[in-house]
Amino acid sequence: MDRDCIIKVKDATVRFNMASEKIDNLKEYFVKLVKRELLFQEFFALQDVSFEVKRGEAWGLVGVNGSGKSTLLKLICGILKPYQGYVEINGSIAPLIELGAGFDGELTATENIYLNGAVLGYSKAFMDSHYDEIVEFAELRDFMNMPIKNYSSGMAARLGFAIATIVRPEILIVDEVLAVGDAAFQEKCQRRMQEMLAGGTTLLFVSHAIEDVRALCDHALWLQKGKMMRKGEVNEVCDAYMRSLGME
Amino acid sequence: MEMFIKRLQGFYQYRFLMEQLVAKDIKLKYRRSVLGYLWSILNPLMIMTIMVIVFSNMFRSDIANFPVYLIIGQTLFNFMSESTTQAIVSITGNAALLKKTYVPKYVFTVSKVTSSFVNTLFAMGALIIVFIVCRVTPNVYYILIPFILLQEYVFCLGLGLLLAQGSVFFRDIQHIYAAFITAWMYLTPLFYPITLLPEKLRYLVTRLNPMYFYIAEFRQVVLECRVPDMCLMAAGTAVAGGILVIGTWAFLRTQNKFILYI
Repeated sequence: MDRDCIIKVKDATVRFNMASEKIDNLKEYFVKLVKRELLFQEFFALQDVSFEVKRGEAWGLVGVNGSGKSTLLKLICGILKPYQGYVEINGSIAPLIELGAGFDGELTATENIYLNGAVLGYSKAFMDSHYDEIVEFAELRDFMNMPIKNYSSGMAARLGFAIATIVRPEILIVDEVLAVGDAAFQEKCQRRMQEMLAGGTTLLFVSHAIEDVRALCDHALWLQKGKMMRKGEVNEVCDAYMRSLGME
Repeated sequence: MEMFIKRLQGFYQYRFLMEQLVAKDIKLKYRRSVLGYLWSILNPLMIMTIMVIVFSNMFRSDIANFPVYLIIGQTLFNFMSESTTQAIVSITGNAALLKKTYVPKYVFTVSKVTSSFVNTLFAMGALIIVFIVCRVTPNVYYILIPFILLQEYVFCLGLGLLLAQGSVFFRDIQHIYAAFITAWMYLTPLFYPITLLPEKLRYLVTRLNPMYFYIAEFRQVVLECRVPDMCLMAAGTAVAGGILVIGTWAFLRTQNKFILYI
């Protein structure tokens, strides 16, 4: 494999076989087993998607809701395993699929910083030394002893973004997470992402704001119903996508 | 083998997360209560007192040192029932997190059993109080107590992993388990002497009920001041190790499918 190639997805297919209904109790299971309906509800969230990302590139993923963008990101983070094909990753990943995933509402912000850092795989010493930096970036110093349940979603997102971007990961995965912050904070996040890009971080970016994709990314991938429609240079793909939506 | 070393490394890497999750459970359990951690000691003491009153008046039990007999069984059994009951929902309850970020899934189950274990260590305070009040003199065999607790911890961990992965696919397990625990409790001599059971049942309980092994070992150390029966120790260790292997195997085998069901 090419040394420069940081993410390689080859013929990846993700299958959910219980998309229409979950069978999670015994009675249903046996009923379906007898009726032989168990394996008949397949649904392909992704089909034969292949692409390669080189170190330092920024890729935007576009497509309508339910087209498989988040599924693809989950596949790359290792949350999902491909049913067919394979995914190779050569670097550390900071997934921002949801900011502050793992915040516990009852814990205070300080305690949550440590918990969230642990979820992202950082050590205690690391969190100790970066604590101030996180608080500084989130601009929430006065609220550190407040339980997170009393935070607004914007405040929680600030804290989540500050924790997740404290290291310069080799791969940054951002899934439509910046929509909640206020304008000033959104700009701050954009700046930090651009800094990271300049520093050689690889970015995977999902957004419905096509202008953001054009501004941040150099490549794009367009998904529709789990199939890859087009990949390549960002403006070309975005134009084709917008044309398909009938908005130019 | 390579796989095994990789997993151990992963375990080491995520020890901080484990610590954080255990600390979270313990902190949140008594947050905003006035007496805080003291409840871990007070609660078992109060329940024991009530049971002592009930059983010494209503059923005339003739067990020597009944409060000590009772609280040993009660503490060990509570640890098992609390840790496994929480372990069952440890995967389904953290669905939000497991869907959003990659974390080894066993971390949640292991941390739940561990936080129950830490809680049980607090509850040992209640045991000590009862020992002092009932004038049980400490003996040299107390050094075996950590080993007995370790056996039970390993047992609960294995059972917890097995139940946690099972309940991802069949939520029914969560509901039936409460009834199962109740039956298990009555089949364990917590507040009656083992001799009370009819012979056939006694034969089964003394050979097949792991909780009986651990509780009997503990009682032999404290009440009879001796090394527990060797066959009890061997059986207790074998069951604990066996269920841990089965639980881990089942968990690792199904964990990649969890995401599709939670």
